[in-house]
Amino acid sequence: MAAKSSSRKKLSSILVEVTLILISLVWILPTLGVLITSVRSSKDIFSSGWWTILPHRTWVEVNEIRLGESVDVDGPMTIGKVTATFEEFRQGVEDGDKRYLWFGNKRSRLIKVEELQWQWFYDGYTRENYENVLVGREIRFQDASGAEIVRQGSNLSGAFLNSIAVTIPATIIPILIAAFAAYAFAWMNFPGRKVFFIIVVALLVVPLQIALIPILQDYTRLGLTGSYLAIWLAHTGFGLPLAVYLLFNYIGTLPRETLEAAFIDGASHFTIFFRLILPLSVPALASFAIFQFLWVWNDYLVALVFLGDQNRVLTYALAAMVGEKGQDWHLLTAGAFISMILPLTVFFALQRYFVRGLMAGSVKG
Amino acid sequence: MDNPRVPQEKIGVLAWVAANISRLLIALFVPVVTFLVLWQGFLFLRDSNAPQIVIVIVSIVWGVGGVALLYFIANYLVESLPRVWMHRLQPYVFVGPALAILAWFLAIPTLRTLWLSFFGPRSANFVGLDNYIFAFTDRIMLETFRNNLLWMVFGTFFCVAFGLLIAVLADRSPNEKFYKAIIFMPMAISFVGAGVIWRFVYAYRGEGVGIEEIGLINAIVVAMGGQAQPWLLQPPWNNFFLIAIMVWLQTGYSMVILSSAIKGIPEEIIEASRVDGANEFQVFFRIMIPTIQTTLVAVGTTVLIFSLKLFDIVRVMTGGNYGTNVIANEFYLQQFTYANTGRGAAIAIVLLVAVIPVMIYNLRSFSERKAF
Repeated sequence: MAAKSSSRKKLSSILVEVTLILISLVWILPTLGVLITSVRSSKDIFSSGWWTILPHRTWVEVNEIRLGESVDVDGPMTIGKVTATFEEFRQGVEDGDKRYLWFGNKRSRLIKVEELQWQWFYDGYTRENYENVLVGREIRFQDASGAEIVRQGSNLSGAFLNSIAVTIPATIIPILIAAFAAYAFAWMNFPGRKVFFIIVVALLVVPLQIALIPILQDYTRLGLTGSYLAIWLAHTGFGLPLAVYLLFNYIGTLPRETLEAAFIDGASHFTIFFRLILPLSVPALASFAIFQFLWVWNDYLVALVFLGDQNRVLTYALAAMVGEKGQDWHLLTAGAFISMILPLTVFFALQRYFVRGLMAGSVKG
Repeated sequence: MDNPRVPQEKIGVLAWVAANISRLLIALFVPVVTFLVLWQGFLFLRDSNAPQIVIVIVSIVWGVGGVALLYFIANYLVESLPRVWMHRLQPYVFVGPALAILAWFLAIPTLRTLWLSFFGPRSANFVGLDNYIFAFTDRIMLETFRNNLLWMVFGTFFCVAFGLLIAVLADRSPNEKFYKAIIFMPMAISFVGAGVIWRFVYAYRGEGVGIEEIGLINAIVVAMGGQAQPWLLQPPWNNFFLIAIMVWLQTGYSMVILSSAIKGIPEEIIEASRVDGANEFQVFFRIMIPTIQTTLVAVGTTVLIFSLKLFDIVRVMTGGNYGTNVIANEFYLQQFTYANTGRGAAIAIVLLVAVIPVMIYNLRSFSERKAF
């Protein structure tokens, strides 16, 4: 009885493990494919799938046969043990572990002999795709047939810098403003305190589409469209309800005695805020910071509307690449990976804080 | 407090001004200098031809430092006021900037958008409810409603279902952290990036001699003897291929939240029901689900709002063509491609109205809290 139940337990835990591995594979393969494709040469990408870097059997040319003038290329021909017409040879005729493939047109009279061989390693890795998307000048690459193609580069290095210039202030500014407000809501008394906070809560889920048209009108009037300041302010505005709400929840639960002791020592609100509250709130600040960082870095809509082609950020540049170079997979995959590298690093380094932020009820408008 | 001199009534205002004249001068001088410095920074950033890296660094310092500086100045001014006024005004120095920005960027725009939605394309002539009639009767709008409904129903269902499944399974695995990290990872990827990733998965090369499918799905289909398909061009099924992308992106979110809820269920309850003879399915459906019901609803609502406002995936994958248009994309098209502000505004209001129940729920659960 005990033995039976323990073997059943083992079986079920194997089943759990297998299911999880399968799901994880489904989840990781799309990203893995992009990563692998981005380091293959353009010629290979167009002629075979990325999974061909795994050990597999493939046809490798071992010999060439040139047919004599006496052979009638319009009728059936016999090579080795097989007999077939030109059209069939053109598609390739298999004979055991050999394959005969007609090369060129009918008059070439050239047949390639191929053998199925194991290919253990892929040796076409290259940095070229990354170099090509990072620069802004003209680039050249080969398609499947080896023909040379010329394209304008996408200057993703510039877009990367722009993304940084947008994201860092658009993360820090709302945190600072929200922390001040959260402190006031939690520890200061003023008329309208409750009403104002209710407005913050109400604004939590407002879709940002509602604000795009009026804000764009304001920006056009002020001449701000396309500037960093414009997008910092926009991201600050859209991120602020959540920031105030999260930070209030945290700052409001700090022990009252600590603050009172500081007041008795004669510290002002400003000093307490900078010397006491900010250091104590680091976990909450970090939670929101990583949240806002990922949100701004990955944002497309706000950048599209308020920045556009001026100061192109990575998401904008990548979306433009999809439009202009939709089939240039070697460039698109490299571009996608460049846009992912920083958020993925931040994400895995600070995952703990991110999860904590999610738990605190982060629903963004 | 560094303001020892509290004015006594009999001294009068003039005497107080005389006593504090240097202080007042500084109070005027400092903001003016600050403003000039920030303005110069703005002009530099706007007009400079400096190398991009310099501009980037200057702008970060200018933006972050500028905001901090404004708080310091404002607080300095308030703290140099008489004590009564300082106490009265200081809270607004702290909370004022946040309220001003919320008003400018969210509260007032809501009213302005509502106003604009009653006007024509260029906001010049009043058209009454015409834009709303368009929003609820136009063929394309009805298509977006249908598609958003698909997103909300299937996207939400699969996000929550997969999240729950993985949370429950991972809870029993020794490698829990590893699996969770893999499922969670897409949350760090932008929708545009995810768009590229999945366009590649769905890639279609067409037919011809020697053409090999390089997209994962088509390669699998061909290997199993099927015919390669341009998956994203075939309505209505292409909607589901797009929804799959959101499920891939958002399942990590529901998994993390649900996982912590499941870990919060007291072990004794589950053990007790097992001792009473319940099998694993009964434990799951009769014990776990009812216990984490509130969390399930919260996660579901979040994903629901998310799929209502969904924009980037559709924009990047199909641009809303081939029967895949959604409300947020139609908003973008009306406002920025067809330059029809009235219709764009009306669609934005429709989006807002759709989230109002959630807003009311938030407000109600807030007012039930004793925190305020």
